[in-house]
Amino acid sequence: MNYSHNTIWIIVAGLALGSWLLRFSFLGLIGSKDLPEWLKRHLRYTVVAVLPGIIAPLVFLPKATGGVFDLPRFLAAAVTLGVGLWTKNLFFAVIAGCITLYMVLNISL
Amino acid sequence: MQSARQDFWKGFWGALPFCFVVGPYGMVFGVLAYESGLDVLTAIAFSFAVIAGAAQFTALSLMQDQAPTVIIIVVGLAVNLRMALYSATLAPYLGAAPLWVRALVAYSTLDHSFALADAKYRSDPSMTLPQKLAFFFGATGPVGVIWIVGTGVGAWLGTRIPDWLALDFAMPIAFIALVTPALRTVPQVAAAFTAAVLSLVFAALPYGLGLIMAAFIALLLGAELERRMQAA
Repeated sequence: MNYSHNTIWIIVAGLALGSWLLRFSFLGLIGSKDLPEWLKRHLRYTVVAVLPGIIAPLVFLPKATGGVFDLPRFLAAAVTLGVGLWTKNLFFAVIAGCITLYMVLNISL
Repeated sequence: MQSARQDFWKGFWGALPFCFVVGPYGMVFGVLAYESGLDVLTAIAFSFAVIAGAAQFTALSLMQDQAPTVIIIVVGLAVNLRMALYSATLAPYLGAAPLWVRALVAYSTLDHSFALADAKYRSDPSMTLPQKLAFFFGATGPVGVIWIVGTGVGAWLGTRIPDWLALDFAMPIAFIALVTPALRTVPQVAAAFTAAVLSLVFAALPYGLGLIMAAFIALLLGAELERRMQAA
């Protein structure tokens, strides 16, 4: 990597300002105006449409293994999902996933 | 006022698992920043100013590839396009807040705090605006601080953090736990499944475009299924 001090700060500032503008966009412009029902119906699916799209590549093509499928990571993800669906408890699901990851990683070492 | 304080703590307790995983995640970013030649202060400033993990990781990997400055900024922001969707989803709930409060909400909108707040506001429509804001800041504030501190610790420790800790996987586990409670109806499960499959199909697309395309298609599908099931 070979960027000058100033260039790095321009990158940080550009990303900071742009990210804030994206996050502020609708919140800032719409204010308390009510959105039409069809749009609200679509926005109700934001969480279930975005998060699985972030998660799936991390589970099936993890960068830590060079994008190659990794059994410990897959099993940890499966256990987290199972415990989450079963207990409906975020905390238990995270703990179960972490325990699975470390157990399987250490067995396969 | 008393009840708004209670809502702050409800947000905090809801986000507690994220306090544990975002520290390691921040440390991974700090280590990468260190390996890329950023000093500790710059790495911390990066996390403080941008406060968006995925975009920061993308920017760093592009910097390691010697990409042009404009490309790094544009691509990093493309990865953050989902934040505009979060902003639109939060607007009906928090739009009545003063401008400077909305500016602060915008700065501190993170994936997990958005998802927690969205679920909370929907399950409890009787919340007042101060209560909603208190919940949001309770869910996002501590995690944001830990993200920034974690970055500093990672950049300071550098490569002394061993690989076997598999810190990279703390965040995916937390995100899975986060989305699971939202999978209650057929359209929700269908949207989640579609997003997961399409994000893998589009995984080779550059600039985080795969995620935003997968998310948009899944969102349209979920809403359309809901409409048809209600009509039926």
